[in-house]
Amino acid sequence: MMIKEQGVFGVFSYIDSTVQAIKRLREAGYKNMRVFSPFPNHEIEEAMENRESIVRFFTLSGATLGALCGLTLTILTTLDWSIRVSAKPVVSLPPYMIFVFELTVLIGSLATLLGLLINSRLRRNVPRQIYDPRFSEDKFGVGVFCKIEDIKKVEEILKLSGADEVQFEGI
Amino acid sequence: MNQESTITYSKVNQDVIRMLDKPTAKWWSLFIFDLLVLSFGLMCFIYQIYSGLGVTGYRHPVFWAVYITNFVFWVGIAHSGTLISAILYLFRARFRMSIYRISEAMTVFAVLTAGLFPIIHLGRPWYFYWLLPYPNQRQLWVNFSSPLMWDVFAVGTYLTVSSVFFFVGMIPDIAAIRDRVKEVPRKILYSVLSLGWKGSAWEWGHYTRAYFYLAAFATPLVISVHSVVSWDFAMANVPGWHSTIFPPYFVAGAIFSGLAMVITLVVPIRKIFHLEEFITIANFEGMAKMIILTSLIVTYAYVVEVFMAWYSGNPYEWGQFIYRMKGDYALFYWIMIFCNSVVPLLLWFKKVRTNIKALFIISLFINIGMWFERFNIIVISLSHEFEPGAWGLYRVSWVELGITAGAFAWFFMFILIFIKTLPALSISEIKEIIPAPTREVKAK
Repeated sequence: MMIKEQGVFGVFSYIDSTVQAIKRLREAGYKNMRVFSPFPNHEIEEAMENRESIVRFFTLSGATLGALCGLTLTILTTLDWSIRVSAKPVVSLPPYMIFVFELTVLIGSLATLLGLLINSRLRRNVPRQIYDPRFSEDKFGVGVFCKIEDIKKVEEILKLSGADEVQFEGI
Repeated sequence: MNQESTITYSKVNQDVIRMLDKPTAKWWSLFIFDLLVLSFGLMCFIYQIYSGLGVTGYRHPVFWAVYITNFVFWVGIAHSGTLISAILYLFRARFRMSIYRISEAMTVFAVLTAGLFPIIHLGRPWYFYWLLPYPNQRQLWVNFSSPLMWDVFAVGTYLTVSSVFFFVGMIPDIAAIRDRVKEVPRKILYSVLSLGWKGSAWEWGHYTRAYFYLAAFATPLVISVHSVVSWDFAMANVPGWHSTIFPPYFVAGAIFSGLAMVITLVVPIRKIFHLEEFITIANFEGMAKMIILTSLIVTYAYVVEVFMAWYSGNPYEWGQFIYRMKGDYALFYWIMIFCNSVVPLLLWFKKVRTNIKALFIISLFINIGMWFERFNIIVISLSHEFEPGAWGLYRVSWVELGITAGAFAWFFMFILIFIKTLPALSISEIKEIIPAPTREVKAK
């Protein structure tokens, strides 16, 4: 099969060169980009202009579900074997609030973990080829998927921005 | 960590991953000794199951004693891990960064240890699952108004959430180890655990948000858990227990004891692995200042407890506190006051709180003091309730001491395995506080 697109990526030592490369590539119209860094960085995040993470919706849904579970579990199980003691109400909400709170936190946290795993697409985020083990140590990476005829141009932008080296991967 | 230090990103990876090198003979001898103590504890537990709870020191009127003391002690120890990792994260306290991973690990292992004791304390421990609300043949449900049920949910949630928080925090660091190790079995292990993490901006974007939300959940949770544990006592009409100050008193005590345990663990780890550049005196000083604060809160609680007993005019309550101070267990009460209220006063001196040896010794005193605090609340209160005819003394048995020693060994077994298999310092977070390399700086 003919390779129609190529992955080109630059390895950077400095944060400002990395940010510059991202900005230049975006200006040149390359939006299909992968940027790697050994730690989270606000400058990179701003330059990438990524949308706000939707993990928060997972958190909110999980927390709401947890609160509902806490309420229904306590109230329905109490009503299932309804015994009135000392003329007190059968369903006693104050102690049940503890379960509502604990389940809100429990299911909210698990949903957050799920949101992270699904949205980060861990295991299949990027093709195996575009990665260098140095990205988890001391280097930054900017990878672009482009048409074969654009390779030269991308390479130039990466080098002009200060890439230590530029590598190519077929996808 | 000192920002002016010459630590580079590579050095962080190198030094943290170096800790995972093959264990030395010293590590093995410590580990084997630990397993021997654990085996003794296990044998004591088997003996207790075989013979029944009569082999403990439980005698009328004291039926909650060392096991429940251990439960509260270990839950308390677990608290400072979340304080350092979650609460200080939300407050952006930088001194947490080089110590939070160890304290998070401590949290998870301490909850695992604490969770053993309510089960050990049961007459028929094999029925512990009756505490869970599940549909059963007898159509019985658990009593949601019981503080013991609150405990099950609070401690269970805490264990799950702190484990999730611990694991999520480690994913990028495990990926860094994966990229560096050469041996195939370790490569496979770390590849599986890192979930294919590559550190892309996309991943970091979701990761930082998820971490923030987990921290936001963990913060009220940590306060709720020890409040719930304190209600195990405060809900009962026992002199010395039935008090509204218990939740804040317990939470402050938990953070106080947990911080002391962090120092007890971090001092030797720092020395053995030569982590002086990462875990600096400033980190210890930050913890020492928090110990001063929590020690003052705990001391205030001790004073208020006695004042309220006197001011309330309740003879049983006042009698309980007189008994604590002058009765059969007075020695334990004064050990508690000395270790938790007097010894930490030394930390007001900068010379003391910046002296690692002194800090280590003070932390040991606090650990002992906080164990006795729980013992005093539980055992002394029960042995001296309302009717003089029902008063009685409790004497600890060798089985309880064996199981207690086994629990310490259980906790340290996890710590020993942890420092040899997982990153004990957060690689990515330490890099965040190192000034980022820029071309302009290089040009200068």
